[in-house]
Amino acid sequence: MYKNFFRYLISAIFLLGFSVNSNADFKVGFVYVGPTGDHGWTFQHHEGRNAVEAAGIKTTFVESVPEGADAERVIRQLAQSGHDLIFTTSFGYMDPTNKVAKDFPNVKFEHATGYKREHSNVSTYSARFYEGRTLLGHIAGKMTKTNTIGYIASFPIPEVIRGINAMTLAAQKVNPNIKTKIVWVFTWYDPGKEAEAAQALIDQGADVIMQHTDSTAPVQTAEKAGVWSFGQASDMQRFAPKSILTSIIDDWAPYYVERAIAARDGTWNQQDTWHGLKEGMVAMGPYNSAMGADLVKEVEQLQKDLASGKVHSFTGPIYDQKGNILVAEGKVADDGMLAGMSVYVKGVEGDIPK
Amino acid sequence: MSLDISFIGILIGSIMASSVPLILAASGELITERSGVLNLGVEGMMIIGAISGFALMVITDNLFIAIVGSMLSGIIISLIFGFLTQSLLTNHVATGLALTIFGIGLSAMLGKNFVGIPGKEFPILFSSLKESIPFFGPILFGHSIVLYFAFALPFLTNYFLKKTKLGLVVRAVGDSPVSASNQGINVILVRYCCILYGGAMCGLAGAYLSLIYTPQWIENMTAGRGWIALALVVFATWSPIKVLIGALIFGGITILQLHMQAIGFRIPVQFLSALPYLMTIIVLVVISRDSRKIKLNTPTSLGRIFYREK
Repeated sequence: MYKNFFRYLISAIFLLGFSVNSNADFKVGFVYVGPTGDHGWTFQHHEGRNAVEAAGIKTTFVESVPEGADAERVIRQLAQSGHDLIFTTSFGYMDPTNKVAKDFPNVKFEHATGYKREHSNVSTYSARFYEGRTLLGHIAGKMTKTNTIGYIASFPIPEVIRGINAMTLAAQKVNPNIKTKIVWVFTWYDPGKEAEAAQALIDQGADVIMQHTDSTAPVQTAEKAGVWSFGQASDMQRFAPKSILTSIIDDWAPYYVERAIAARDGTWNQQDTWHGLKEGMVAMGPYNSAMGADLVKEVEQLQKDLASGKVHSFTGPIYDQKGNILVAEGKVADDGMLAGMSVYVKGVEGDIPK
Repeated sequence: MSLDISFIGILIGSIMASSVPLILAASGELITERSGVLNLGVEGMMIIGAISGFALMVITDNLFIAIVGSMLSGIIISLIFGFLTQSLLTNHVATGLALTIFGIGLSAMLGKNFVGIPGKEFPILFSSLKESIPFFGPILFGHSIVLYFAFALPFLTNYFLKKTKLGLVVRAVGDSPVSASNQGINVILVRYCCILYGGAMCGLAGAYLSLIYTPQWIENMTAGRGWIALALVVFATWSPIKVLIGALIFGGITILQLHMQAIGFRIPVQFLSALPYLMTIIVLVVISRDSRKIKLNTPTSLGRIFYREK
């Protein structure tokens, strides 16, 4: 009788294990800040979701979720409706994600570009976009005739400031007379406002425009005005074929598939991921032939060196606006400093809004 | 920053371009309100115009059809409002709010397949003159036909209201529908026409955004411009010319604050962002101090339900 009992027990454990492993109900949820058709930030996350789906895992997504109170409601709703892993894909979802994670210890959470992991079921991940900005700065410094680079910034968070600094440092290296003009629009997504900001920068003499916002409006404005521009988050070439020199592309797909499978198979662990050109989470779009063969070659080499670690975007000496040293000569900035970056480097004009 | 004369010309040109949707929507709403109807659905009608115009452009590849279609869609959606408020006598405020919510939702649904399609270049007029004449070139030339129409509209509206018999009828209906009705005017019909006209102008304002200003379709792309147009009508005390001034100030400060940032003015950015709203209100309040004139322009029966006793 005991023999039978053990047999049942073992098979029950087996069955249980089996049913967890190949759980047909395993579902992954995604929360997006913009519409999936923004052809920028959210579009790329959605591509990542499609890859997860293609790997045979069920997914759902909620788009255009404002950062703030609405976000918590949406995340909670996903957690309640049986999702096992939830990707929250905007910086402003940081606190809502952690809040919901506390109430749902069995659900795994992955928050993009944030730094708070208050509970063991919250991981964070981001890409080293600043490596892409270094390449953009190099190109911009070489391509500008007016020595003025226009930069449309969204919100004063370390992520955005890091991009501004990386770009400026790289541009200064190839063109010491460079000036970076910044316009803060306080939105991730408002095409009208992004277009107006781009136009203002162009009217102020910028002949290279780049943006840390999500729509294609700035590149279209640049195309109309006949100045250079860069795609952000996604390959935006077809929106401005003449004007776009290259694009920074976020490739979330491999990471999303890996994490979804790990969560399904029970091997998911809390971690903080920060991948860049090396791992392919940051990729570059095709280089515009208007750059000339020499510059393309130069930039491709720099891209390789950034990926291999031979060159670092933040290599000393780096000074802040007042001339205080931030990174000593011969040193590179560590990840802690990069993650909390809240001052401009020397050569950037204006103040960071509080 | 170069403060030379040709730069100021370019600046004024871009300010004019950014104020077009406000002028169109506010001029349309002004006629609606002068007939005594308060339609808070401006934002909803604009966004419907934006998606209809863009969708028709993609489907037919014809900008003329797209523009006309956007106005028609504005008319159709305002007809819902007209039917509810004039025939079923519902509350203007509640119905208008519902119209806005409905419009935003419907446009997002209709627009699903049109997201991410690059727009078509809208033809601009006299582009060669724009380059060749300093200062006046970028102000007067190189704009789309819709912009010229928008800038003529407040003057036409003013003429219509003050000098034509029909304008008088509209004002009479807005001031005292009962006496107008006693004079043999079909109040409901006049109000219907004014509502539909407002819808057409709001539809055109939306299409200006999706076809000309930022040629693409994006969910919620009017981003609150309808509400600003509504506020402009009130602060301009129902005067078409003041609506034009208000829209230019609002557009002007919006663009100027971006320039001030680019120049590097050491003023808190948050304050600069609030400046357009603040300045527009202050200027319009100051130029509209004359209380006698306000009384003359204000449609006395605004938002009140009218029905003929049988």
